Amino acid sequence: MHVTPWTTIKRIFRTGFLNFWRNGFVTLSSILMMTITLFTLGLVVFSGVVLNTTLQSLRDKADINIYFTTSAPEDQILALQNTLQARPDVAQVVYTSSDAELAAFRDRHQNDQLTLQALDELGGNPLGAVLTVKAKDLTQYDAIAQFLEQQQSVGGGGSGSGSGSASSPIIDKVNYFDAAHRAAIDKLQSITDSAERIGLVIIIILSLVTVAISFNTVRLAIYTSRDEIAVMQLVGAGRNYIRAPFMVEAIMYGLFAGLFTLVLYYPITYWLGQQTASFFGDLNVFAYYMGHFFFFFVVIVGTGVVLGAIASFLAVRRYLKI
Amino acid sequence: MIYFDKVTKLYGNSAALEDINFSIEPGEFISIVGHSGAGKTTLMKMLLAEERPTSGDVYFQSANIHDVSRATLNQIRRRIGTIFQDFRLLPYKTAYENIAFAMEAAGRTDEEIYSDVPHVLELVDLGDKLNHFPHQLSGGEQQRVAIARAIVNQPDVIMADEPTGNLDPVNTFEVIQILKKVNDLGTTVILTTHNKGVIDSLKKRVITMDRGRIIRDDKEGMYVL
Ligand SMILES: Nc1ncnc2c1ncn2[C@@H]1O[C@H](COP(=O)(O)OP(=O)(O)OP(=O)(O)O)[C@@H](O)[C@H]1O
Ligand SMILES: [Mg+2]
Repeated sequence: MHVTPWTTIKRIFRTGFLNFWRNGFVTLSSILMMTITLFTLGLVVFSGVVLNTTLQSLRDKADINIYFTTSAPEDQILALQNTLQARPDVAQVVYTSSDAELAAFRDRHQNDQLTLQALDELGGNPLGAVLTVKAKDLTQYDAIAQFLEQQQSVGGGGSGSGSGSASSPIIDKVNYFDAAHRAAIDKLQSITDSAERIGLVIIIILSLVTVAISFNTVRLAIYTSRDEIAVMQLVGAGRNYIRAPFMVEAIMYGLFAGLFTLVLYYPITYWLGQQTASFFGDLNVFAYYMGHFFFFFVVIVGTGVVLGAIASFLAVRRYLKI
Repeated sequence: MIYFDKVTKLYGNSAALEDINFSIEPGEFISIVGHSGAGKTTLMKMLLAEERPTSGDVYFQSANIHDVSRATLNQIRRRIGTIFQDFRLLPYKTAYENIAFAMEAAGRTDEEIYSDVPHVLELVDLGDKLNHFPHQLSGGEQQRVAIARAIVNQPDVIMADEPTGNLDPVNTFEVIQILKKVNDLGTTVILTTHNKGVIDSLKKRVITMDRGRIIRDDKEGMYVL
């Protein structure tokens, strides 16, 4: 007929807005339920981030130290550093010269006159240089250690953590071969892995619950209109024309609930950020929230809108008879 | 134009309609009478395809309405203006919006809606209750909104199920006058009523039902029960 699509869209939005506004109680309780839902979703995201940073900082604590003999020439050490650095599984290699080691040792024992005196009496520098190797992933330490073992036997001609006798090996000791150090890394790996698994399971469960709650909320809101939907069909209104205003309404629930949730998180993360900055290591939740606000906006408001749209689409379909 | 072919409708084991056969010509004014529970409303539900018959077919202009596409059924429903016995107004819409919705569903333009809705509400004497919600209207007023909604699209058929049940004699007379007038303009009218006076004064075709069956079909019938 002569009704333009633009007129139809205008009518759909007008009806959607009107219903949103008029069904005050239903609207308010729906928004409240959706807010709880989206708030939970926010918690899931935040916990994910906190868990991730915590695990990451734990993982970062792992490393391998290569202790060199005092006689090891610096150019060979630096050559080994370059070789290691070139490996794809190595994230970082830090070189600490024997002088720097000594300075650090003196620093650590600055209140311990006895030790310092003994050091002075020894004369010269009894400490060798150190390379600290960090792998990109916890699982890669084994391969790196194996590689070092080869280096050691090539340079030292045998004897695992050799104390240097044959042809002056440059590596004095690799701490990864200490049973205790190795066990610590393995343990760290199993803890972080299971934490990650448990976290993932919780995230999935919470997300599913969240989706179920918001679907039910929207369905209840539309349930009150089931007779209305039946009458609309009897006067010959098309399915989409009946459905669209309900979708507009539910999308608005999601939109408002999302915005409301974002506002709620402002004081909450601010407070949490002050309370817990030390606990979470470098992570300040408030700074994170502000820094990733666009991300949170898209995730929370976007989820609200999409859930509202899908839930209302399905809910109206239940009450459409033809 | 409308043809019922051996229509039976069972609810559980009891038959609300049993072997109904009759046809309605374009432009007819046909009244259906019968005791409460005789099956009058069920008959109308069959014609609007609100429910399916247990057996038999219902044709609207050669289309089997229980066997047409969704779009076709919507088209047919837009050509049948129904006054439901229980009104069935949209509770969250005002009187104005209830009628406007039926016009929107039928694809009317905004201009037509702006001019026709107040006019038709004026016709049923509700010009001053445009913005009342159904729950703010009396039973008779709701019934008149339902009447306005049924006639506003100038449908081919008007199905009026007990349209004067809640009206006083003056309003009843006016509503019947409206139905007669639209019938004079060519609209087919199907009326059910328990009002003997209305039937007897109409002097039109009367179908009498009893326990789901048609027991009389008189050209210029009277209310005989
Ligand atoms: N949905 C239903 N489920 C079961 N039985 C029904 C249903 N609808 C109607 N009936 C039965 O079908 C029979 C006919 O009902 P109908 O509403 O058609 O009567 P009616 O002639 O319109 O009566 P009234 O004059 O009181 O409006 C009644 O016995 C009723 O109890
Ligand atoms: Mg009835």
